[in-house]
Amino acid sequence: MSTIDHSTSVDDSDEYRTRHHVYRPHKTGIPRLGPYARELLARREFAVELSRTSMRAANTATFFGRAWLVLNPLLLGFVYFLLIDILSPKPATGEQFDHLLAGLFAFTLISGSMSAGAGSVVGGGKMVMNVAFPRLLLPFSAVRTGFMRFLPTMGVYAVVHFATGRPTSFVTLLAVPVLGLIVLFSTGLAALMATFQVYFRDTASFLPYFLRIWLYLSPVLFTVEVIHRKFSAVGLAWVAYVNPLYSLFGMWSGILNQGKLPEPTMVIAGTIWSLLVVVGGCLFFMSREREFAVRL
Amino acid sequence: MPSVSETTKPEVAISVQDLSITYRTTFEKVPTFKQAITRLGRGERAVFEVEAVKGVSFDVPHGRTLGIIGANGAGKSTLMRSVAGILPPSSGRIDVWGRVSTLLALGVGFNGHLSGRENVVLGGLAAGLTRAEIEAKGEEIAEFAELPEGFIDMPMRTYSSGMYSKLAFSVAVHMDPDILLVDEALSAGDASFRRKAQIKMNELLANARTMLLVTHALGSVRELCTDAIWLHKGRLMLAGTPDEVIGAYTKFLDVGESAITLEDL
Repeated sequence: MSTIDHSTSVDDSDEYRTRHHVYRPHKTGIPRLGPYARELLARREFAVELSRTSMRAANTATFFGRAWLVLNPLLLGFVYFLLIDILSPKPATGEQFDHLLAGLFAFTLISGSMSAGAGSVVGGGKMVMNVAFPRLLLPFSAVRTGFMRFLPTMGVYAVVHFATGRPTSFVTLLAVPVLGLIVLFSTGLAALMATFQVYFRDTASFLPYFLRIWLYLSPVLFTVEVIHRKFSAVGLAWVAYVNPLYSLFGMWSGILNQGKLPEPTMVIAGTIWSLLVVVGGCLFFMSREREFAVRL
Repeated sequence: MPSVSETTKPEVAISVQDLSITYRTTFEKVPTFKQAITRLGRGERAVFEVEAVKGVSFDVPHGRTLGIIGANGAGKSTLMRSVAGILPPSSGRIDVWGRVSTLLALGVGFNGHLSGRENVVLGGLAAGLTRAEIEAKGEEIAEFAELPEGFIDMPMRTYSSGMYSKLAFSVAVHMDPDILLVDEALSAGDASFRRKAQIKMNELLANARTMLLVTHALGSVRELCTDAIWLHKGRLMLAGTPDEVIGAYTKFLDVGESAITLEDL
């Protein structure tokens, strides 16, 4: 296994013209992180442009294209709201609707990043085979697309939040760092999916089923309290933390829907999960990166 | 070793030392989880190892054109891709001084759903150019590619194959490369475009640019190249002037593999 090692170490002032590239194998199978990170940063505009053009190609720049990005999760929200209303003994409340939308929109960010990520390397086809660049830019670009699609849904959430009279205070601001954790988490998963898709081209076909099950297991339709109670009843409260979304969405919805500070265990678990997934996902991607050029 | 002439310390553009490239790939065209499961049940594996390049060393000084010839499967394209940094070595080392532009056989980094212009911008950004640099070249690229009016803003899936390869060629030569890697792409377009491409190539070479050329057209090697190497089954067989190398290669083709062994060369 080997590495792209873009040593930019050259004495000349104009680094572009007289760039010195060294390509040599690497013992650990992962490119050297310093130069790799520098290249990622230097070419970030490519990821942005790729995401922009793919969104343009998907007609998300038109009015109805944009409206659909909001309408789709909103309609889904209504469907699940109806479901909760029918299934639960008590009639569903505005508070529940607010909780549901907050979770559903955040889940759409994760699932959107994952499915776009799955297609990113395989869809990059000829670019991957013919141009040398840090491949992580491809899943990163997918996450950016997911995030840009997520932003307008937050506008809708804000309307619902005020309409249902949910609390707004300085605590609400904490949603921003939690969103940061969710984005990191999505990035790791997008990189993982991108790698799997290269080896198993039916990954993207399995993904919707997996995502649907994951949604039902996460505190989106139910609250964290309900899940906690279920596991506590059998004395296995910690099992809930096995699902990363238990802590991440627990914080997210607790802050937005309840206006309360997250519990320390939630913060610790959510942070550990996010960092674990983003570091693990990206390193796994990088360890397989060299093979992409011969596997597509 | 080719082209490291006796002249005092030539400025080297590309240095390849004891390069070996091995990679694993699969028999399957579209590998799926489903097939993997079925194979697992039968205890088969679809992965095999390819030793594409074995212990190859050579240097290319600035301003020279190196022709790479050899039969199919000799490792020519793999060698080119590793010089471009797309496929890093399994062992050995490659040093490249300068900005590399590639024109490889597999086509260019083009997505059919995006317009020609968008593809040019994306390809340039991926290759590490700045947006300003690409935009400055945009018109020139479109003009040189001789695309019919308005086609540059049309999705690339509407392009003819000639338009496709002409745009690819145009992008590669306009990216201001110090080193141009060309793999089987000289046949782009019609006769008049080929002539224009030839002129542009000579112009680049005149400006002391370095070029690596992979081709089966031995005539092009004689015409364009200052040096040549011959690869066979991943090994470097001979390096020298184009005439020497082409001579040995054609002799080898005529006589057949059995008559000439590695030791003879």
